[in-house]
Amino acid sequence: MKQRKPEFIRGARANVPVAASAMAYGSVLGVLASQKGLSWLDMMYMNTAVFAGAAQFVMVDMWSHHLPILEMTLAVLVINLRYLLIGASLDPLFSGKRLLHKVGMMHLVADENWAVTMSEQRRGSASTWFLFGGGVFLYMAWSSGTLIGLLGGGFITRPEDYALDFAFTAVFTALAVGVWRGKSDVIPWVAAGGAALLTHHFVPGKWYIVAGGLAGALSAMIGPGEAAVDGEEEGEENAVGY
Amino acid sequence: MQSAIETQVIIAVALAAAVTYSLRLGGLLLASRFPRSGRFRRGMDALPGALLFSLVLPSIVAEGVWGLMAAALTGIVVIRTRNTLAAMLCGMLVIFLARRFS
Repeated sequence: MKQRKPEFIRGARANVPVAASAMAYGSVLGVLASQKGLSWLDMMYMNTAVFAGAAQFVMVDMWSHHLPILEMTLAVLVINLRYLLIGASLDPLFSGKRLLHKVGMMHLVADENWAVTMSEQRRGSASTWFLFGGGVFLYMAWSSGTLIGLLGGGFITRPEDYALDFAFTAVFTALAVGVWRGKSDVIPWVAAGGAALLTHHFVPGKWYIVAGGLAGALSAMIGPGEAAVDGEEEGEENAVGY
Repeated sequence: MQSAIETQVIIAVALAAAVTYSLRLGGLLLASRFPRSGRFRRGMDALPGALLFSLVLPSIVAEGVWGLMAAALTGIVVIRTRNTLAAMLCGMLVIFLARRFS
């Protein structure tokens, strides 16, 4: 069993690049929030309780004098449906852990520290404390980014001029490369990419992430059915090895 | 008046938080009840890459040729240097230059 503290710190360190991106992205949210009249307390409450970038953008966007509570909750549900898949993909990492451990650690799972953890797992070893260390660090970066934007108010009025809106895409592209497994990923990625692009084109909102993820997973399940005998045994070994 | 708004905020954010946390934990708890080998496991193993790729591809494509070049450069830099931050900045630089000069 690995040491908690070194793993926590290693996780935090590994999240420095994504935290930089989250801070940039968070400052944009903060600027929008200040225009909508959110106080810094509202912002911190949301950062702490929800802690999900894309959903917070939509919530701030829907913010008004009379909050559309039901629509907001539904929008957050749809945008965050991907967390069902993200949570499921963390199962090997959490295997053998107690329920209380899972309950405590899952709140601070965001796209960023999840992706860093997946990438780390492919390269070597990741752990739940690595994931959690990343989550805590990310929470601090995200919160300070949003507060800088909120209190600094409009210091960057057009973030897209500085390609700040592309920071998220760029950092996740780098992380996607990190989880690439070679040939066995060709079919799932083609299926995922096709489904994501089609869904993005025809369906508003964030359904494309869920559609792509499901298409990729399903294609891997159906795909190379004949060569499955070796694959199945390998899979079992991996599941135990985590 | 002020407190009425605050009550709304507390409820709206609490509901959003409950939904988000349920999805996070729900995914993990559901998956732990599924088989750990065979077809299902193969699907779950493919999930991280498929999700990440789906997350970025539409926004890369939305930037056109420059988006593809930015993504390619990001990928090359991260493979060569293993430095995610440098890779991110290179990708952003391409988009920054493309928007400024084209």
